Amino acid sequence: MNRHLISAGDLSRDDALLILDTAEELARVSERSIKKLPTLRGRTVVNLFFEDSTRTRISFEAAAKRLSADVINFSAKGSSVSKGESLKDTALTLEAMGADAVVIRHSASGAPHRLANWVHGSVVNAGDGTHEHPTQALLDAFSMRRRLGGLDGRRVTVVGDVLHSRVARSNVLLLHTLGAQVTLVAPPTLLPVSVDTWPCEVSYDLDAVLPKSDVVMMLRVQKERMNAAFFPSEREYSRRYGLDRDRFARMPDDAIVMHPGPMNRGMEIAAEVADSARSTIVEQVANGVTIRMAVLYLLLGGEIAQ
Amino acid sequence: MSESRAVLEGPDIHRALTRIAHEILERTKGADEVVLLGIPTRGATLARRLGDRIERFEGVKIPVGSIDITMYRDDLRLRPARPLGRTELPPDGIDGKTVVLVDDVLYSGRTVRAALDALNDLGRPTAVQLATLVDRGHRELPIRADYVGKNLPTAKSEKVKVYLQEIDGRDAVLLMKEGGR
Repeated sequence: MNRHLISAGDLSRDDALLILDTAEELARVSERSIKKLPTLRGRTVVNLFFEDSTRTRISFEAAAKRLSADVINFSAKGSSVSKGESLKDTALTLEAMGADAVVIRHSASGAPHRLANWVHGSVVNAGDGTHEHPTQALLDAFSMRRRLGGLDGRRVTVVGDVLHSRVARSNVLLLHTLGAQVTLVAPPTLLPVSVDTWPCEVSYDLDAVLPKSDVVMMLRVQKERMNAAFFPSEREYSRRYGLDRDRFARMPDDAIVMHPGPMNRGMEIAAEVADSARSTIVEQVANGVTIRMAVLYLLLGGEIAQ
Repeated sequence: MSESRAVLEGPDIHRALTRIAHEILERTKGADEVVLLGIPTRGATLARRLGDRIERFEGVKIPVGSIDITMYRDDLRLRPARPLGRTELPPDGIDGKTVVLVDDVLYSGRTVRAALDALNDLGRPTAVQLATLVDRGHRELPIRADYVGKNLPTAKSEKVKVYLQEIDGRDAVLLMKEGGR
């Protein structure tokens, strides 16, 4: 495996399967009374969060702690960054503190890639701008595999704001690697221009795609990034692209519903769909800790390549 | 380049396991409250075979599981991260039981040390014993086996490889000279 995890596209099929298989074994750790392993004792993991995030940061923190690593949390608010420190200087500071891994969340696409050139430790991308969020894709694939048994030939439909979604891009790349067929469904205004180069299908009609889906993944409508008129009204978006009770009923009986969270209940997903037994939304959170443990173990658990 | 010699063949392994199963029954007075935990991969297979034999001899079904020690190894940082094996505890757990750890080859004792640490995180057995198919010597820690299939004098430069029907398609223990694998 690579020393860094920056893009889901960097993972070969073998790498991805190794991470999923490792997570499968580590999932058992969460079920026992002592949920801790000594493996990363003496390693330091820095959570470097330039953008607000609760679940991803907590998830990485829990994962590192369960492996006995030391965790340093660094959030941009109230730090030297708000005093004008550059990313590079922050990186060098972390380097001097002996960070073995830096988990970075940044609003600029490509920030983790830059960071990887400046530090000796491993860099894990925890979401960069509208680019990628590889551990989210891994936990989604892990959740699908646990529910469906395998990913080969499975039809995954990703619905919503693909344009601003790092989750969608990472999922398309990873699921393609793992042999699933991905269909993106969104209004044309919420699809990136380059989408025809992605290894997936595109549709504008949710109702046509739903009956042929094994997995339906709803994306959050990112109100904080809606700085232009991407759709006429929330109500119209919800009617055409929201997963409500009627649409849910038209999905195959064993199909599952996913959402990376946080959800806007009533907007992209109806509350009763989100809470149904076929929704994996809560599992995804638990699986997030497990998959991040697997990633940290595989990056830091062995001999560290120089 | 490498020359190998079979030190145990199928029937020898069969007899050794039969004897160990009897010894476990004898020492634990009927294998009451005994749990067999194999260390993956081949230790887990051997534990299942021992469990089958004990059931056949005394008609008692004893719990069999596996305990992966990868995350507890002391040499993790010497090699790239390795894939994990499976830890599978019997439903009743190991608290208050006599755990018999089962491994294929006992060498430095470091694997067993790691297994003891792993056990510590999984519960509190009354006693822990160790069964091994081959004891090849060269201990680096104060660890010994309670049940040994065969004591095999070896040189440190030699390698001992265990093949089992379920995994490798045949039963044998090979002793290999000089770095062959």
